[in-house]
Amino acid sequence: MAVIRDVMPAFELLQPNSAAEAQKLLEQHGEDAWVMAGGLDSFDWLKDRIKKPKVLVDLSGVEELKGIRTTSDGVEIGAMTTLTEVANHPVIQRDYSVLGEAVGLVASPQIRNQGTLGGNVSQDTRCWYYRGGWPCYRAGGNICYADTPVGRNREHAIFGADRCVAVHPSDSAPALIALDAKFVIQSPKGERVVDAEDYFVGPELDITRLNILRPGDLLIAIRIPATWAGAKFYFEKVRDRNVWDFPLMNVASAMKLSGGTIGDIRIAVSAVAPKPMRLKVVEDAVRGKPANAETGKMAGELAVRGAVPLQFNAYKIPLMRNLVKRAIDGAQSSQHAETGSASQLQDRVVPEAAWS
Amino acid sequence: MELIQWARSPWGQSVPTHIAWGLMWVAVIAGLFFMIVHSLYLIVVKPPKRFAERGAVASAAGIPERVPRHSLAARLFHWIMAASMFTLLFTAFLPRVGVQFNWVLYHWIAGCVLTISVLYHIVHASFFLDFWSIWPDKTDLRDAMNRVRKFFGKQAPSPSRFAKYPLENKLYHGVIMLAGLAVIVTGLFMMKRVQTGIFTRNPYLFSDMTWGLMYVLHGLAGVGLIALVMVHVYMGIRPEKLPITKSMIFGWMSRDFYLEEHDTERWAVKGSGTKTKEGYAASDGD
Repeated sequence: MAVIRDVMPAFELLQPNSAAEAQKLLEQHGEDAWVMAGGLDSFDWLKDRIKKPKVLVDLSGVEELKGIRTTSDGVEIGAMTTLTEVANHPVIQRDYSVLGEAVGLVASPQIRNQGTLGGNVSQDTRCWYYRGGWPCYRAGGNICYADTPVGRNREHAIFGADRCVAVHPSDSAPALIALDAKFVIQSPKGERVVDAEDYFVGPELDITRLNILRPGDLLIAIRIPATWAGAKFYFEKVRDRNVWDFPLMNVASAMKLSGGTIGDIRIAVSAVAPKPMRLKVVEDAVRGKPANAETGKMAGELAVRGAVPLQFNAYKIPLMRNLVKRAIDGAQSSQHAETGSASQLQDRVVPEAAWS
Repeated sequence: MELIQWARSPWGQSVPTHIAWGLMWVAVIAGLFFMIVHSLYLIVVKPPKRFAERGAVASAAGIPERVPRHSLAARLFHWIMAASMFTLLFTAFLPRVGVQFNWVLYHWIAGCVLTISVLYHIVHASFFLDFWSIWPDKTDLRDAMNRVRKFFGKQAPSPSRFAKYPLENKLYHGVIMLAGLAVIVTGLFMMKRVQTGIFTRNPYLFSDMTWGLMYVLHGLAGVGLIALVMVHVYMGIRPEKLPITKSMIFGWMSRDFYLEEHDTERWAVKGSGTKTKEGYAASDGD
């Protein structure tokens, strides 16, 4: 069982100076290697002695993976760029404020100073049975302890469960999906670029991973196209406490309005399923409709169709309904979207109104 | 390589969780090994004609050109079972070699199809076919002993021709029946662990140890089926066995093949005038 110990298990520490060197090391060590970005997820696993890699590849010395660069078609954010840097970057604040807002609500300032964007989208799930070292499906076993008549599953999935009911905990993931971001992966076969929503995998495809990275793969950058720059954005995170907490649910939307009518929209939610969910059905339904409360209500109803609550998380259905509703009709009036100021953020701490 | 994967349960017990997936490759290699050895044996040793000479079959003239062997119902069962078995094997083991898809859904659906088809087969074979035709009898055992003696160069009488099914078929049926029943019974219980919409999930139906052993048995039978199915397909496409394979498609075999391979008394064609020995089946296309 998980017992925090001060001394981590022994492993070989490798500290490459370039992405190519890092990728080569990952390829060389395959499944024995553990990739460490900011270390905030990694050290939990290692100190609990639940994950015991033989080799740890520390990316902190790879400068080329850090920083935000403007390109001819938007921006490219290095995977090792800290969340604070992303949240405070002027281009992000001006053109992609939904991302700045999302990463500005991650955990606490200290964690945002250390945590990276690549690490945030690649982190493991927070299901405590899994992280407690129990032999569940995700850990290679043959049971889900959370999805039982007595399992503690208040934070778990209402969509996409397939044996495992854990959810993806990332705050930045739905914002990146809303922005139609592309993830750049360096693999043994070369570089490949995938859509943000395709970076994540559910348990039906691979129950032991949350993303498509295979041994030898390295996420090197995230590209955000200019397509949605300056759109009307909305981000809302609901959590149990004001800081240093994972989302019970979050929603991100990017909307192009034309005289109050929704011309185009991308909307995604996280912490409702094992992977961040893009709500394509909702997008199709609201396109061409006015961005008002009525459309928002319809979108909310549509979003929760097919939801299957567990013993203790039925509250997530009205919560999701209302968050999606607000993502539609709140986007117009969202002060954060208008100003794009991460410093003015007001995160939502489980407001009663969100699920009632 | 350990044969079984173990884990520590929340209560501190060491419990089995799965077979070691490397056994999948052991099964594949075993299947390939059998094929190669069998092929080489037939090519290099060139075993002589197997059966004892017999006199003219008095009623051969009454045997039809096409000897009915498998009814349409029996053939449909066979191919439905084969399709479900292939689906089960591919959905179980392709994800283990990196082919990702929603395998659990297709796996349990194919498992249900297999279960229903096997239940049908049990009823059909027990009450509508000659139940004993697939089980080894005294003649099979005596002939098997004689064949072994001859193989090792000892004097022994030549074996008689087969009844409806050769001994190898009967033994294969017995082994695949055991493996099939093992995966079906364990698989049905395992459906209580996944979301199917058929059963209410209850992973606490048994203890962790019982569940673990069930998963291990399911896995062992599963990898065993890899080798068994490989061998079955190999035998099905061997030139000398093609008439049997064709009979599973078209329902009949030729009179020549029937007379060459089968004992007209142990497996008599209905209406041919050949009298069936007591306890043996008559060919009615079952």
